Amino acid sequence: MVTLARRAATRPRGEFWWRCAALGPAVALFALLTVLPIVLLVALSLNRIQWSGGHAIWSFVGLRNFVALGADALLQASLRNTLIFALSAVTLQMLLGLGLALLTGAVVRGRTTYRVVFMLPILLPGIVIGAIWKLMYSFDFGIINIALAGLGITPQDWLGEPALALGSVVAVDVWHWTPFCYLLLLAGLEALPRDVYEAAAIDGAGAWSTFRHVTLPLLAPTLAVTFVFRAILAFKVFDEIYLLTGGGPGTATEVLSFTVYRRFFTEDRAGYGAAMALAIFVLIAVLASGAMLAARRRAR
Amino acid sequence: MKPRRLAIHATLLLAALVVLFPFAWITAAAFKRQIALLTGQLLFTPTLRNFASVLDPTSSDYSRNFANSLVIATASTALVLLVGTLAAYALRHMAWPRWVGHSLLGWSALFQMLPPITVAGAWYEMFRFAGLDNTYLGLVLAHATLNLPMVLWMMLAFVRDVPGELLEAARLDGASSRQVFARVVVPLVRPGLAAAGILAFIFSWNEFLVTLLLSQQQTATVPIAIGKYAQQNTIDYTGMAAAAVLATVPAVLLLLGAQRLIVRGLTAGALK
Repeated sequence: MVTLARRAATRPRGEFWWRCAALGPAVALFALLTVLPIVLLVALSLNRIQWSGGHAIWSFVGLRNFVALGADALLQASLRNTLIFALSAVTLQMLLGLGLALLTGAVVRGRTTYRVVFMLPILLPGIVIGAIWKLMYSFDFGIINIALAGLGITPQDWLGEPALALGSVVAVDVWHWTPFCYLLLLAGLEALPRDVYEAAAIDGAGAWSTFRHVTLPLLAPTLAVTFVFRAILAFKVFDEIYLLTGGGPGTATEVLSFTVYRRFFTEDRAGYGAAMALAIFVLIAVLASGAMLAARRRAR
Repeated sequence: MKPRRLAIHATLLLAALVVLFPFAWITAAAFKRQIALLTGQLLFTPTLRNFASVLDPTSSDYSRNFANSLVIATASTALVLLVGTLAAYALRHMAWPRWVGHSLLGWSALFQMLPPITVAGAWYEMFRFAGLDNTYLGLVLAHATLNLPMVLWMMLAFVRDVPGELLEAARLDGASSRQVFARVVVPLVRPGLAAAGILAFIFSWNEFLVTLLLSQQQTATVPIAIGKYAQQNTIDYTGMAAAAVLATVPAVLLLLGAQRLIVRGLTAGALK
């Protein structure tokens, strides 16, 4: 680092401009399209914005928008749903992903084919995944109900029944994102040192005790990091729910992104919507920086 | 030993079936007549009618949406690769103070985890103010920004593997920094560019929420077209299925053609 800095200092002046030109576009894009929006959200959140004759009229309301967040019943429902959604979906994804990764790691033939097939859902548009499952879940002609009827079980309204809808949406997310956990955990498994396994085999350890006492402890950091980051990313969910339920029935599948969308755009309450967006920004920032610090401490 | 391996393959095949079946089901629906779908017929005479009506420019915007998606995904991928690779090179091989790199990467990691809806409202107001709403340029900038953290992260991993001695040797031969970048760094990170480019293209192609807010009929992309089906009073399910199947063509082709690069991209930087 020191030698690099010294060398840079002795370089001609044109180098300085090239240094700025190389980093500049990324800094500009981040500044204009990620930092400036947050600043704008702060400004919006302190105002009430009304439209009159094609002009926005801002009236300063102080922190009133933030106070109102506490009394928003829809926001409470969506926060609760989002937490249930994120934790249950990611737990299932981790368990299934780990299981599949262990199984794939145990076979030689077909490993590439399995990997290609399991990767497919990550690459499909979320909205297409919504369309796919809308057909699967359909009360009248969905294959799930056709199959249940064939088994003599009463068909269910998977997306229309409040008690079932959130679970149905979780299942779709599990289908969508298990492959991602699978890929990361398989890569983590393949990176584990071979010699420990040889030692375990020499000591006569069986499959279960090898898993319990060798694989699991070695893989624990990867498992923890994957879980936390997937859980935070699960807060992004929008596309599938937009197509499947639109947040309904009632508020059964209302999630945070949907509530912001509703308040900011559908109801055209930009000031209040901005306050909600900022609250989510702070929540994610706290969770994410906590997770990143923990991951870094662990790496050390 | 043998029955154990058989059981493993049977489980993996079952999982593969769970992954592939819903995809096969919507593909079948795309070839059904509406009546065959609605009456739950499992055996049916395939028809191309749904594809024909989805692709007919007089009755549907879909071919235009498809062209829009191609233009926006291609342009935003080119932009984000250029910006991201330059920045990765600058952070790894130029004497920027450490806090610059730390704050840029920290912020980009945070932005990556943020639900896009949090900034989407501000983007909507800003783009309207700047006349960028409902323009290709606006959508290209938005998609490039959404993909920048991922591309930056991946390109850092690839640029790090370029040996510093090689760059130093090129400099001693009289190459300027710009030439070192274009003639030494870019050729060496080509696999990284391919991996990052494929994923950036796919994620831009798939993007729904931000495009929904920043586009109108002229600039709407494929996911917007599919989202519209759900808004109809009587949903044209087979049309939706045909549109959805066509929307997956780029991802499926790229997956079959470049799965190794995609795996490398998706797991890059994840195991550090």
